[in-house]
Amino acid sequence: MDLFEYQARDLFAKHGVPVLAGEVIDTPEAAREVTERLGGRSVVKAQVKVGGRGKAGGVKLASSPDDAVEKAGQILGMDIKGHTVHKVMLAETAPEIAEEYYVSYLLDRTNRTFLAMASVEGGMDIEEVAATKPEALAKVPVDAHEGVTEEKAAEIVAAAKFPAEVADQVADILVTLWETFVKEDALLVEVNPLAKVADGRVIALDGKVSLDANADFRQPEHEALEDKAAANPLEAAAKAKNLNYVKLDGEVGIIGNGAGLVMSTLDVVAYAGEAHGGVKPANFLDIGGGASAEVMANGLEIILGDPDVKSVFVNVFGGITACDEVANGIVQALELLKSKGEDVNKPLVVRLDGNNAELGRKILSDANHPLVQRVDTMDGAADKAAELAAAK
Amino acid sequence: MAIFLTKESKVIVQGMTGATGMKHTKLMLGDGTNIVGGVNPRKAGTSVDFDGTSVPVFGSVAEAMEKTGADVSVLFVPPAFAKAAVVEAIDAEIPLAVVITEGIAVHDSAAFWAYAKAKGNKTRIIGPNCPGLITPGQSNAGIIPGDITKPGRIGLVSKSGTLTYQMMYELRDIGFSSAVGIGGDPVIGTTHIDALAAFEADPETELIVMIGEIGGDAEERAADFIKANVTKPVVGYVAGFTAPEGKTMGHAGAIVSGSSGTAQAKKEALEAAGVKVGKTPTETAKLARAILEG
Repeated sequence: MDLFEYQARDLFAKHGVPVLAGEVIDTPEAAREVTERLGGRSVVKAQVKVGGRGKAGGVKLASSPDDAVEKAGQILGMDIKGHTVHKVMLAETAPEIAEEYYVSYLLDRTNRTFLAMASVEGGMDIEEVAATKPEALAKVPVDAHEGVTEEKAAEIVAAAKFPAEVADQVADILVTLWETFVKEDALLVEVNPLAKVADGRVIALDGKVSLDANADFRQPEHEALEDKAAANPLEAAAKAKNLNYVKLDGEVGIIGNGAGLVMSTLDVVAYAGEAHGGVKPANFLDIGGGASAEVMANGLEIILGDPDVKSVFVNVFGGITACDEVANGIVQALELLKSKGEDVNKPLVVRLDGNNAELGRKILSDANHPLVQRVDTMDGAADKAAELAAAK
Repeated sequence: MAIFLTKESKVIVQGMTGATGMKHTKLMLGDGTNIVGGVNPRKAGTSVDFDGTSVPVFGSVAEAMEKTGADVSVLFVPPAFAKAAVVEAIDAEIPLAVVITEGIAVHDSAAFWAYAKAKGNKTRIIGPNCPGLITPGQSNAGIIPGDITKPGRIGLVSKSGTLTYQMMYELRDIGFSSAVGIGGDPVIGTTHIDALAAFEADPETELIVMIGEIGGDAEERAADFIKANVTKPVVGYVAGFTAPEGKTMGHAGAIVSGSSGTAQAKKEALEAAGVKVGKTPTETAKLARAILEG
């Protein structure tokens, strides 16, 4: 989960990374009181999870409480690269910036270790620095077991060639930023810019944090950081039912078991769709190994509730779960939905293979549901589902 | 022959006495796996009956190894306790630890991988978030259905469980030397490269099927490895061409970040290394069949 800047700032502050005072608001009028608290001036910053907001006009200096109300009014509701601004952060105005640096920790998948990245050329897009001036971006592996000690912090400072007069401050920040990374179970913590200001202090002026959802069990406070308003309603409904669902922009609803098989199903449907007017998968939905009637019903309910869906492809490989159980699940799920008064009117193409496939197919044939068609190969079923979606 | 797991393997199960552990221990026994014990400190000294086979429960991995000569551990330990369980297996220096658990925090898997490395990598880790591995007709360490296929000459390595089953099913008449599910997490122990090297060295394996998916650069690195080191034919499949950028597709590691980790880049890298890459799982199986029967 990617956080907003103000949430990242809060986490930095919690773990001792120096930041400027700031508060988040969602109405222009609230800017007045906050700006008064911040000393009469503030920086009004759009809170969007996308880069380049400065260039888009999403960051403005307010010279008075009244000016802050006006600037907040300009920025709230603004569209930045397809993201509507619902919140702005008002930050204390920084003393004049003398230098801008960059520091981050992230997972290095290739080497199965953590990585510190640091540069004295911060303030701009770090991917650009990496591409145009790779020698200006130091990359130092951090052993997950050992972490960032004072020695490791000094090594990172030396590798990035931070000036001597800020070396100690940056090293301290590297240690507290590592605390943030570990204690919050983050996948990424990034400070850009890390600024040296006129009075000599080094402060995190902007930052990014991405959190690991797999750690939610020990991070009860992270739930509150979720941007529920921005979630797609179908994705939110699926999440509430513990379903692994991603909304896509096509017409063929997809249900399958196992992440790899479902990803593959999306691809196979997209290929098949090329011959049927370019129809595409409408979603990713992995109902997992169990595939009970209840889970199948929950999944079907989400998919059938998507107005974009014109046909549904249920693609199940019976591994430990036998196909007869899955077939019964589908039949019961359709009955369950009907009894709940749901409007079940979209054609379903079902492909069952693997453990007890014959029995499962027979159950579907015997049920003879008017909306359900059996196709026994994955490629053939994808073609049929695409054809049905295109015909609607 | 086979890789990593044979009928000689003596298998223990960490988390055997939980519901998932019980279910799959029974299935593994049914597939002929030589299960010599379970581990649960609170139930040490007891034993569990699986259809007439009594399996003793030990207090620790070290104790189980000492008393039974176990050399493989399969872990069905919940995410919150998985790191400690893997560290215990590493400390006991068991040669192979198969981590089935899904949903382990990255900071935990990165930590136990770093720990394994610091201890000299005496324990091969497979997973986490994987279906385990099977050597058909000999032994099954994990949750791969044992009755899909028979012993044969194809070696399979895959990030995905169900695609593993699908591929084994498509090629069930030819059969498999071993099939290894390496898992879909961002940090995993055994990689495509490790399995490719082992299959290359295994005289019973004639052809290797490699299944990848979006996220990371493991497939690209495997392609480099194949080019330099693998003489056996390799057939590949990559899932996730239609996955949007920045969205996690079921597996924690299956995410396209910016322009990196795309299925297209992986396919191109594999093809450049001489790997035949199928457009669908069925087409991939046909490519493998054509090579073996051609």
